[in-house]
Amino acid sequence: MIETRGLTKVFHDKRRGQIRAVDHVSFLCKPGQIYGLLGANGAGKTTTLRMLATILEPTDGTALVCGHDVIDEPEKVRANVGFLSTATALYPRLTSQEMVEYFGRLNGLDEPTLKKRVDDIFSRLDMNSFRGRRCDKLSTGMKQKTSIARTLIHDPQVMIFDEPTLGLDIMTARTIIDFIRECRQRGKTVIFSTHVMSEVEKLCDVVGIIQSGKLLAEGSLVELRDRYHENDIEEIFVQVVTPYQNSSEA
Amino acid sequence: MNLSAISVVYRKELTEWLRDRRTLISTVLVPLLAFPILMVGITALATVMIGNAQKEVPKIMILGGDDSPQLLERLHNLDKLAIVPYADNWKDQISNKEIRAAVDIPKGFQKAVAGGTAPTVNIYYYEGELKSSFGANHLQTAIEEYRDSVVKDRLAANNLPASVLSPFEIKQQNVAPPEKVGGASIGGFIGYAVILLCLTGAMYPAIDLTAGEKERGTIETILSSPISRFDLVMGKFLLVFSASLVSAILSVTSMGISFAILGHSHLMQSSGGQSLNLNLGLLSVVAVFFMALPLAVLFSAVLMTIALFAKTYKEAQSYLTPLTFLVVIPAVASVMPGVELTPQLALIPVLNTSLVCKEIITGTYHWNSILLIFSSTCVYAAAAIFVAVKMFQREDVLFRS
Repeated sequence: MIETRGLTKVFHDKRRGQIRAVDHVSFLCKPGQIYGLLGANGAGKTTTLRMLATILEPTDGTALVCGHDVIDEPEKVRANVGFLSTATALYPRLTSQEMVEYFGRLNGLDEPTLKKRVDDIFSRLDMNSFRGRRCDKLSTGMKQKTSIARTLIHDPQVMIFDEPTLGLDIMTARTIIDFIRECRQRGKTVIFSTHVMSEVEKLCDVVGIIQSGKLLAEGSLVELRDRYHENDIEEIFVQVVTPYQNSSEA
Repeated sequence: MNLSAISVVYRKELTEWLRDRRTLISTVLVPLLAFPILMVGITALATVMIGNAQKEVPKIMILGGDDSPQLLERLHNLDKLAIVPYADNWKDQISNKEIRAAVDIPKGFQKAVAGGTAPTVNIYYYEGELKSSFGANHLQTAIEEYRDSVVKDRLAANNLPASVLSPFEIKQQNVAPPEKVGGASIGGFIGYAVILLCLTGAMYPAIDLTAGEKERGTIETILSSPISRFDLVMGKFLLVFSASLVSAILSVTSMGISFAILGHSHLMQSSGGQSLNLNLGLLSVVAVFFMALPLAVLFSAVLMTIALFAKTYKEAQSYLTPLTFLVVIPAVASVMPGVELTPQLALIPVLNTSLVCKEIITGTYHWNSILLIFSSTCVYAAAAIFVAVKMFQREDVLFRS
């Protein structure tokens, strides 16, 4: 379960002054659901997810992840979270297996459990052929699988995906999409950010549309279609975002 | 503090470090090879060059001296010199290394000497040019021998003994033990070398584990794991510290071997004229390491803190280059003759350790100074670790854009 309450992040920039990257964002994401955070570049998606993963600390408001407060218990939050983004790279000089084992140990797994989990995940994701290969020698698809294995090794209850398919080819992106679906089937709480409308239609149970740090609309796809009298999610997105964009530009 | 988590980070960083050629070169290869190449190589080269210069019979030109046959005859009879005929462009010939030196015997020299006046003989040479110096030295020796013979003849003519000119002998005698003599000669250099290699050995791992991690995009990966920032910094710090120590240990070992080779070879004797005792006590070496420990901690933490601020490997390198000068300057200052350890200097990091190492190598242990230096450096080191941990908690540093 993820529950954000007025989550806010303000950055200070010497030239631009205060930047309100996330502005009082509140939403609820339940187990067995995929919550899609839909927004353009710079809308505040990554900052929101980084706060949920406790990589950044909120300026105001807070969030509960599996009942743990992101400000007061960041380490407990991270122990329950699997975080995957295009920015979460692999250590080039470690092998695929060493990479996954490293994160297993950081999550406090004992060696017999770790070995069992590694064997299970590597078999499930069909990774045994490259488990001993260094990460800098892996193909993009192999790297993504290793990243997935890294997020799964401690069997987290919450999965956070920040534009996980950005820059990937169709087949690798498909692996990620299938993996996100599988997480939902296993009853995990899943939140992911994207600006790809087709991914939203394929995956999301609940969609939150974010622009300039504000959560402007939220609901299931059916609810959003009813509310905006529009079937195409892209059109709905434009309808929601445009008035706000015009007002902020004015 | 979770020791298990720190150990996990340390072991992972060690694995990566051992697989990185770049850091291995700076931490292992450079300290191992720097001294043998610098000391044995340069000494051997100098010996060969000096030997070649000594073997050469220098070409010498005599200016004037037609009315001074005695000195002319002496110079012509010397096997060590090859006299060439006079030419007006003798200065150019010296500068162009066609001849090595020239001697100007003033007009009426022999008559003036006999008359009791003191004429001046000028020797012209190319300053800083080894073969020219040898030629000038041969000339000087020959002319001095001629002068001595004149003096001897005059004493004999007046029935005076040779002791009139030197009524007694003066001799300097060393009473310090051989290891102290060796220590005084190289003590400052050893401290300087250990300090500098502690720094350079830590530099590349410090960059790799901070700015390198940012550049490769793994910083967000590791920050999403449950490890606390403190444990993460400590794991990384221990690796940088290890690299610093490995570098220092290898450099001193390599230096010891180089000195041993030089001490037992003919190179030192033939080039320096006398043998240098380079035996360092094991206790001194251990004590130097003991004093270098907090300094290595300080370097590791400072390097990590500065490098973390950079976004890329290159940027970190440009930040750390000035730091090298900040370390080299006090380290060099300590090697300067006459710079001694005082209570004020004992509080200046780097300089204090370098100075105390110089004393330790000579077998001098001023326990108050040692305690003051060790504890003050420990305080600086603890402060540096504190700052490093704080930097790892700053979002504007970790995600600087």
